Amino acid sequence: MKEQDPVERGPVQRDPVELVRAAKAIDGFPSGSVLVRGGRVVDPTQSQLAPLQAQAAAQAQASEGAATLDAVCDVLIVDGVVEAVGTDLEAPEGAEILDATGKVVIPGLIDIHVHLREPGQEWKETVASGTRAAAAGGFTAVACMANTQPTNDCRSVTEHIVEEARRAACARVYPLGAISKGLAGRELAEFGDMAKAGAVAVSDDGKPVENAELMRRAFDYARHFDLPVVQHAQDMEVSGDGVMHEGEFSARLGVPSIPAIAEDLMVARDLLLLEETGGRYHVQHLSSGRSVELIKQAKERGLAVSCEVSPHHLLLTDEDVWKAGLDPNIKMNPPLRSAADRDALVAGLLDGTIDCIASDHAPHHPDEKQLDFSAAPFGIVGLETMVSLILDRFVRSGHIDLARFVELLSTVPAQLMGLPGGSLAPGSIGDVTLLDLECKITVDAGSFESLSRNTPFDGWTLAGAPAGTVVSGRII
Amino acid sequence: MAEGHWSAKHLLGIAELEANDITSILDTAESFREVASRPIKKVPTLRGKTVLNVFFESSTRTRSSFEIAEKRMSADAINFSTSTSSLSKGESMLDTARNLEAMAPDVLVIRHPHPRVPHQLAGLIDSSIVNAGDGAHEHPTQALLDAFTIRRHKGTLEGLRVAIVGDIEHSRVVRSNVLLLRKMGASVVVAGPRTMMPRHAEALGAEVAYRVEDALEGADVVMMLRIQLERQGNSGSQLLLPSTDEYFHLFGLSAERLALAKDDAIVLHPGPMNRGVEITSEVADGARSVILEQVANGLAVRMAVLYLLAGVA
Amino acid sequence: MTELVTKSTLLDQAQIARVMRRMAGEVVERNNGIDKLMLIGIRTRGVPLADAMVREIERVEGARPLEGILDITLYRDDLSTIAPQPVVKESKLPEPIDGCTVVLCDDVLYTGRTIRAAMDALMDYGRPKTVQLAVLVDRGHRELPIHADFVGEKVRTSDSEVIKVSFMDTDGVEEVKLLDRV
Repeated sequence: MKEQDPVERGPVQRDPVELVRAAKAIDGFPSGSVLVRGGRVVDPTQSQLAPLQAQAAAQAQASEGAATLDAVCDVLIVDGVVEAVGTDLEAPEGAEILDATGKVVIPGLIDIHVHLREPGQEWKETVASGTRAAAAGGFTAVACMANTQPTNDCRSVTEHIVEEARRAACARVYPLGAISKGLAGRELAEFGDMAKAGAVAVSDDGKPVENAELMRRAFDYARHFDLPVVQHAQDMEVSGDGVMHEGEFSARLGVPSIPAIAEDLMVARDLLLLEETGGRYHVQHLSSGRSVELIKQAKERGLAVSCEVSPHHLLLTDEDVWKAGLDPNIKMNPPLRSAADRDALVAGLLDGTIDCIASDHAPHHPDEKQLDFSAAPFGIVGLETMVSLILDRFVRSGHIDLARFVELLSTVPAQLMGLPGGSLAPGSIGDVTLLDLECKITVDAGSFESLSRNTPFDGWTLAGAPAGTVVSGRII
Repeated sequence: MAEGHWSAKHLLGIAELEANDITSILDTAESFREVASRPIKKVPTLRGKTVLNVFFESSTRTRSSFEIAEKRMSADAINFSTSTSSLSKGESMLDTARNLEAMAPDVLVIRHPHPRVPHQLAGLIDSSIVNAGDGAHEHPTQALLDAFTIRRHKGTLEGLRVAIVGDIEHSRVVRSNVLLLRKMGASVVVAGPRTMMPRHAEALGAEVAYRVEDALEGADVVMMLRIQLERQGNSGSQLLLPSTDEYFHLFGLSAERLALAKDDAIVLHPGPMNRGVEITSEVADGARSVILEQVANGLAVRMAVLYLLAGVA
Repeated sequence: MTELVTKSTLLDQAQIARVMRRMAGEVVERNNGIDKLMLIGIRTRGVPLADAMVREIERVEGARPLEGILDITLYRDDLSTIAPQPVVKESKLPEPIDGCTVVLCDDVLYTGRTIRAAMDALMDYGRPKTVQLAVLVDRGHRELPIHADFVGEKVRTSDSEVIKVSFMDTDGVEEVKLLDRV
């Protein structure tokens, strides 16, 4: 096989200083200064607390697997940029002070898969409401999908989203541009123009790129801009009019089904294309165990492939769809799969095959979800439940530690999409998430910041919750 | 005969019934069968009750059967179908429920192309609901009338071997029948082409065969399913079936094949039949066919269900 | 639920037998024989009464009148006030009732509603020449203009009292008791 460009196998390379400056310019977040005091700071990109002057070296060490920074200390952000991490830091004049005693302080969390629905479907969600939900859920940045109306397939729509985010957002917003114009799967969209306006990757999410030749060209063309090509992997001929996983429970319910192989086929095809073209390939919301295996093998072969998993695929199975009596609030695409698939996803998460966790926050108005299961749209909201679900079911249970949690929800997402953040090392962008690990919450969809309430987790009691965010040195 | 009463608000599926409920419905149906033999085939039991037959999917037979059953019980039967009502697929469940509720029916008989719609409506509505078929999920009155027909011929369901042959994946008749027959102590074998078998068919609770001969061997009851020639899309017959001719050669029920079953085996078909596709005329019209009895028994079973649900308001 | 206590035994087994013999005789006398005579027992305890009378008539006349069973559940006007719903059982009439002299048989005549339902049911089977009514006990309190042609025993009762008729076939003992609520 062809050896892939080693650069493309690493994080998306953008000059960090440039990134911070660009982020400040594009997001337009007014910068502030804040001293986050007395929290337990966990940052896998830094080693154990070193003297300030040695931090640059420490950072280098961290990437070689040195111990993670995990200590009670302060984080000082000045003018939107992390100035220092250490004990007994002094707040400069004019800086706010955020008491983080008893809380965990981590790099701002980033959800690289959300649907903000604006422009075009503002009854489901808006940039303002979606980022309020993000902030409430502990996220300082989100990447939003292109299946808006009109489609985000050209500069003017990208600019509109960026502009709306600047005006109303409670978290940074990074749009993904469409791969094909109108998500129609026929012509390439203007990747370069959209990238200039702020698009960080390209995806037709919601619709897979079915045309193999278009996908091949998209891989080729995206390389000019070092844009990841992000795929909702699903063979639509195989999935047909299916609405739930093909398995024991679809057989019993007589529900038209989406076989897992619909995903596997598309992942396999794309990996073959990627091997030929080079470029970066990111698979969204992995649901099938076989796809995890395919990606693991591709990574071993040195392909620049990454993938995400959503909390619901880690926690629920098709049996839950059965138990819920086909409640439309447990309908999403890809569907909840078998327990074996769920176990394979968890294993892939633990062994590092799966790079990050993303919510696939897909708001739909209650009216739309009041249809029956087959007629209701796919998708559930996730921004306001993800952190607690992962903390309770994976961190608290000891499957992953806090450092890995930060990698999965902040550091790696930033690297995959070439975003600022993911680190609290001095010089990083001043985005921070606070967690309260002891806090017990009961999910109450009715009190979501999101405009939508479509969640299967309503009523779940979970331990551990977000306790605030700081974006660009300003407390949200 | 069991004296236990089946008393429930709805008939949503066989899944919700216990064996003694099923016996109670079948026993009650025996009495209603007698009504059909009277000069005046009408009893005043449901006088003043309104029954809405709401069909979101076209059906002539099931709807007519319900309608006749309702009229024989003196209920006011009103039909809605997608072609004659504004109730459509895109309407929210709650709106559908409220609209139906506003007509204050005592019983709603619902047929819908999507699974569990009657179950969902049951949670939103005061009326009794009878599921007349929800997608490929359940069709409880069909399974009850099949069981009633079998019981009349075999005396009991317990210990029987029942072969069901056809498009298993897309059949609500299969799902309800397997549930019912298993609850009543019969064993079931389902057979059909692999393209028409759910990939996890064993989850249905029946033995699975891919040769019709294997299914027929030693069967007490043979149930042939209708091949839906009109099905479109990725479950379309063109993907599942190269031709009806080939289907007949592989799975059609001929007299030679029926000889594999027990000598006193009976043949059922929910109708309408495709003669020469799933069954030969020789078998369909033969001595062992009870297909027309099924139709008559359907009335008695539906009357019994309506009586048990709505006889007490 | 209120409890019922026995106040008195109105008829014992021997008395019941005597009363039924008398009623059988009256039926034959009134109808001048058994030609086209059909005794129809109303389920449940009209059935043993009809049966006993048929046997008595056969014994005396040397030929058996027609005998049927009528289930009136589907014709009741009180379905919505009783729960659980009564088990529906088959009606069995030996042949078409057109032109027959039908004697409906029941154990107790009270409000008359059961007989009303029975007559409705009967009419759905055809057009009998005449319909007569035989009851073992008439306890009064009619709510409909119905009277019995053949009565075993007339009893004055209060509303709170209950007449309990037991037959060997249905109850394992043959007696008529007057009960009252405590």
